[in-house]
Amino acid sequence: MRMKRVDIMKVGVIGIGITKFGEIWEQGLRELLLDAQLRALNDAKIDAKQIDSLFTGNMIAGLASGQLHIGAMAAENLNLNKPSVRVEGACASGSLALRQGIAAIESGSADIVMASGVEKMTDISTEQVTTALMGAGDEELEGFNGLTFPGLYALLASAYMKEYGLKREVLAEVSVKNHFHGARNPYAQYQSEITVDTVLNSTMVADPLTLFDCSPITDGAASIILASEKTAKKMGAEVYITGSGLATDTLSLARRKSLLRLDAGINAAQSAYKQAGITAKDVSFAEVHDCFSIAEIYAVEALGLAKQGEAAQLYTSKQTYFDGKKPVNTSGGLKACGHPVAATGIKQAIEATMQLRGEGGKRQVKGATTGVTYNVGGSGGTACVHVFKKMK
Amino acid sequence: MFRESPIIRWRNYSDRYKLRGYKCTKCSATYFEYKGMCPCGNLDFTEIDFSGRGKIAAFTQIHGGPEAFENKTPYCVAVIDLVEGARIEAQVMDCKYEDLKIGTEVEAVFRKFYSSGEKGVIHYGTKFVPKF
Ligand SMILES: [Zn+2]
Repeated sequence: MRMKRVDIMKVGVIGIGITKFGEIWEQGLRELLLDAQLRALNDAKIDAKQIDSLFTGNMIAGLASGQLHIGAMAAENLNLNKPSVRVEGACASGSLALRQGIAAIESGSADIVMASGVEKMTDISTEQVTTALMGAGDEELEGFNGLTFPGLYALLASAYMKEYGLKREVLAEVSVKNHFHGARNPYAQYQSEITVDTVLNSTMVADPLTLFDCSPITDGAASIILASEKTAKKMGAEVYITGSGLATDTLSLARRKSLLRLDAGINAAQSAYKQAGITAKDVSFAEVHDCFSIAEIYAVEALGLAKQGEAAQLYTSKQTYFDGKKPVNTSGGLKACGHPVAATGIKQAIEATMQLRGEGGKRQVKGATTGVTYNVGGSGGTACVHVFKKMK
Repeated sequence: MFRESPIIRWRNYSDRYKLRGYKCTKCSATYFEYKGMCPCGNLDFTEIDFSGRGKIAAFTQIHGGPEAFENKTPYCVAVIDLVEGARIEAQVMDCKYEDLKIGTEVEAVFRKFYSSGEKGVIHYGTKFVPKF
């Protein structure tokens, strides 16, 4: 019997581009996307014509502005007539676009790919955003009952806090740390530090989650350009994606096996780690999906940075700061950097690339060699994990 | 966004009005509302009308609602384990939020949900009240 060949997948990151995240009234969906695309091309030092395929994540434009067909829009922006597809998986749309780009390269159908994410959220009312985002849950089993997105995560928080005794003040440390990082990130929506009291004293959104436990409503776009290992090496790329894991679960919380963990996240992490040939111990830093503070607790456990039920100690001992043992969300996370839903997955990939290139500025993780990104759709219906490696 | 079509909700009326569930004929797992294929692989279900008794497994009070519920805040939503085994998400009402706990016993009641616009259809369904 022949031994099975074990090839570690390597797809190079040759260009990154991101807009400022925030309330960007003067730019629409198309302009935001173009802005990120041009920045990525500029960073890669390639011409748009060199791109073979485009994948673009977008969640709410169809509801918010009536604009669908974002695939063609992304290609038109660069005057291309190449294959271009819009990808949607709720808040994980960006990572799904990235994963589709990797798959296109791995299949040999493309050598250079652009993966983007774009969201224009501040044109509509908060109630409309709430309704649109709830499309990520189970419309019939959850939405009809008045559940909201913060409501779903508040349900998870209530079950987790009871089971593991997670204290409210410790949960607040997630947002405090993310704002600390956001204050050191020039493209973050909120570049200000906060305290535990800021979180505890802010408006209640869905008990126990207050406004400062929740990621904001954000406009923004992000683009990343990938190339096959051969091409990326020729271009001198330093950062490579070596693992990609994707898993799904039921849309509704009620039909999950447990409220205390996100199985999709655990499964996605395990398959990405396996493909990359790493374990949680090899991870230098993680960019994770903290749409709500409690989501970061579930994320670090899914990634194996803490054991099930024990994430609190990472926060009481402040290990998740950029200079700690297990840095998490050096970008400021969704909370401080902002959460233009479908752009978030690409933003995570960009932050991972910047850290590995040594471009992290005031939030640079020293000696980082391996970064992971963890992006979730809905309350855990989709989870997508990628492993990034610095290679010389 | 589109105004909601009444027929989308009408399709589920019988399930919601009677708190009707589906029991797998092979492994006996029960579900509230439609479940296409049971994880055991079976496609056959028998209808069961739940007793409406259950316990709270997780709960929250929502202060910022979606469009259909924006005038009804704050309201409580819970994950409820029905005695027959199915788990559902529903509103809990007629109580002080502070009195609710994980484990509180609740009972189903038939209530108005919302109407689709000013002249639209009024939707009803099942909510729960605690049994202290
Ligand atoms: Zn079955």
